[in-house]
Amino acid sequence: MQGPLWLIPLLPLIGFLINGLFGKRFNRMLVSLIACGTSGLSFAWSLVLFFRLLDLPPSSRIYAERIFDWIVSGNLNVPLEFNLDPLSAIMILVVTGVGTLIHIYSHGYMGHDESYARYFSYLNLFMFSMLLLVLGGNLLVMFIGWEGVGLCSYLLIGFWFTKKSAADAGKKAFIVNRIGDFGFLLGIMLIFVTFGTLNIHQISLQAPELLQVGGGIVTAMTLLLFIGATGKSAQIPLYVWLPDAMEGPTPVSALIHAATMVTAGVYMVARLSALFVLAPISMAVVAIIGAVTAIFAATIALTQFDIKRVLAYSTISQLGYMFLACGVGAFSAGIFHLVTHAFFKALLFMGAGSVMHALSNEQDMRFMGGLRGKIPTTFWTMLIGTLAISGIPGLSGFFSKDEILWQSFSSARGHFFLWLIGVLAAGLTAFYMFRLIFLTFYGSSRVKSDVVKHLHESPSVMTLPLIALAILSIIGGYVGVPHLFGGSNAFGSFLDSALAHPPEPAELHHPAYLEAILMAASVIIALIGIFIAYRIYVAKPLMINPSPDKLGKVHTILFHKYYVDEFYGATVVRPFIKLSELIYNLIDRVLVDGTINIVAYMTLWTGEILKWFQTGNVRNYIVTFMLGVVLFVGYVLLKWI
Amino acid sequence: MSLGLAHFLVLSAVIFSIGVIGVITRRNAIIVLMSIELMLNAANLALVAFSAFRQDPDGQIFVFFVIAVAAAEAAVGLALIMLLFRNRKSINVDDFNLMKW
Repeated sequence: MQGPLWLIPLLPLIGFLINGLFGKRFNRMLVSLIACGTSGLSFAWSLVLFFRLLDLPPSSRIYAERIFDWIVSGNLNVPLEFNLDPLSAIMILVVTGVGTLIHIYSHGYMGHDESYARYFSYLNLFMFSMLLLVLGGNLLVMFIGWEGVGLCSYLLIGFWFTKKSAADAGKKAFIVNRIGDFGFLLGIMLIFVTFGTLNIHQISLQAPELLQVGGGIVTAMTLLLFIGATGKSAQIPLYVWLPDAMEGPTPVSALIHAATMVTAGVYMVARLSALFVLAPISMAVVAIIGAVTAIFAATIALTQFDIKRVLAYSTISQLGYMFLACGVGAFSAGIFHLVTHAFFKALLFMGAGSVMHALSNEQDMRFMGGLRGKIPTTFWTMLIGTLAISGIPGLSGFFSKDEILWQSFSSARGHFFLWLIGVLAAGLTAFYMFRLIFLTFYGSSRVKSDVVKHLHESPSVMTLPLIALAILSIIGGYVGVPHLFGGSNAFGSFLDSALAHPPEPAELHHPAYLEAILMAASVIIALIGIFIAYRIYVAKPLMINPSPDKLGKVHTILFHKYYVDEFYGATVVRPFIKLSELIYNLIDRVLVDGTINIVAYMTLWTGEILKWFQTGNVRNYIVTFMLGVVLFVGYVLLKWI
Repeated sequence: MSLGLAHFLVLSAVIFSIGVIGVITRRNAIIVLMSIELMLNAANLALVAFSAFRQDPDGQIFVFFVIAVAAAEAAVGLALIMLLFRNRKSINVDDFNLMKW
């Protein structure tokens, strides 16, 4: 039958413990072997479990494993339990597979860092937490994983903590995530109060009976959960931490801030799809937030010059797509895009890391250019990733993105405007991604002269993971070929048993040619985006180093990211600091400290007065003592008489 | 008029009071020590009187203990006074008030 599930998270945990406790004394090779080995074994075991699951008939593809009772208190009974079904099986494959490739890549990328063992122990701890999140059979285990990945994200963003910007970025990520986590926690509590259990499978079974469609409770529940998702998955309004998270090492950006952790919100929404389908309002909110985030982040990405920040905003935008899919009830399309996005975005980040490696950590695209021939493997793999994310037919991104766009138009909860926003964002995606490629690899070299002589292709330990991910970016989409092309959408039907369906018919009847027309429209818009990028950045390279006043106000606003950070600073951060200062001065210093000081001074003053009774003269004491005895005896005698 | 218990107790109280007044008013450490002996003996007298009155020898046995303690106390007290006098050339108790704040 299904083997032990606990082995999958346990292996990275062992790696974390060994490297965390003794890694400093090991040499680097051994540290890498332990870290890559544990996650690699975890991946191998996940593959075995996945194929065993695939052998089962669809209706029995669920396997629960209860390790031990963790919390038993009153009617709260929370065991440590793991759950394997098609959804979590796909997620563990992505997490361990992409994770292992990034571990291997890190061996090359972080080779010269002094805190080598610390880096790999954090990375393994992250894998453990993420697998706990994905496999958790109840919401509390999931929440532990959820917080664990947040912690690892904080630790790894601030990995170079001697740099102030890195330490600040880590803090920002953690605090913004806490806001979301608070919503998630409230949602969990509301679920427990309503269902009396935290087991996800139980909740999904009971939800249609206990809750009425569109009821207040289920709407509140799902909106609270979605607040948690916006924090972790960097959606409006809590997306601000992700661009700053690029302060961390690049493989970390690839693993945590592109492929796995940031998709936790999408996974959670899909995991609890049984609740979301009952709340049309929440679904609409999810879809609108997703669509708006997709286009909002894409417009910011147009103007950024930091290669990693472009990718960060691109990640936010693509996550928006996933939420758009979930919001229109196409959860499997969202998860499909999650998987393909994990491939090509991890590839793009690692490619960006390879470029930075070649250019002595230069991140500004204004100081790149003409690198095509110098680092060919990086160029070709990144080009494949870019084509995939742009939705060029034949690559993985095309299938998943068009599935989302089609669903956002055709499903009962879809809308023409959702589709339109999605298509516009797709065009912008193609533009900014090719802008990145053109600025980095085409044109004349703008590389600083002292960097040029060190220019070199990355070692094969870094390029091999790139090639592996490039292959996955090409073929990854063929598991979900839509019916239009004679495929069977195997991916969607595999996930079917693990996801809930909206009560109304999933798809209105649209003629098949409409799907073909919409698909063609999105491809054409993407090609137009590529063409414009080519015109501006290669044919007439005027925009490479633009002067702000030449481009007008729109560019300035976009370049400053709509001033959202400044807005949050003025409306949230600064009032909060002012409030904290007020509380510190008034309550802490005056009230609390004041009370303590008054008690202390009163003791002192009492002592000052009473000390005069201690004269040091024995006869005084005797007089006092005798007086006391006389008074006492006199009192007793008087009462007695 | 025969001697009753009350006579002995009154005598004991008078002696005790003399002892207390002696301790409080005199400054010479030796006199203070003697006054303390007086108070102890007042207590002894009361004990013996009760013992005789109640036909119970316990009180008299107790008096022996008190006499033994008083002897030891007098020896230690006189030794202390000797050392005080050697160090400070005085046995006036008002001169020794170092044990204060």
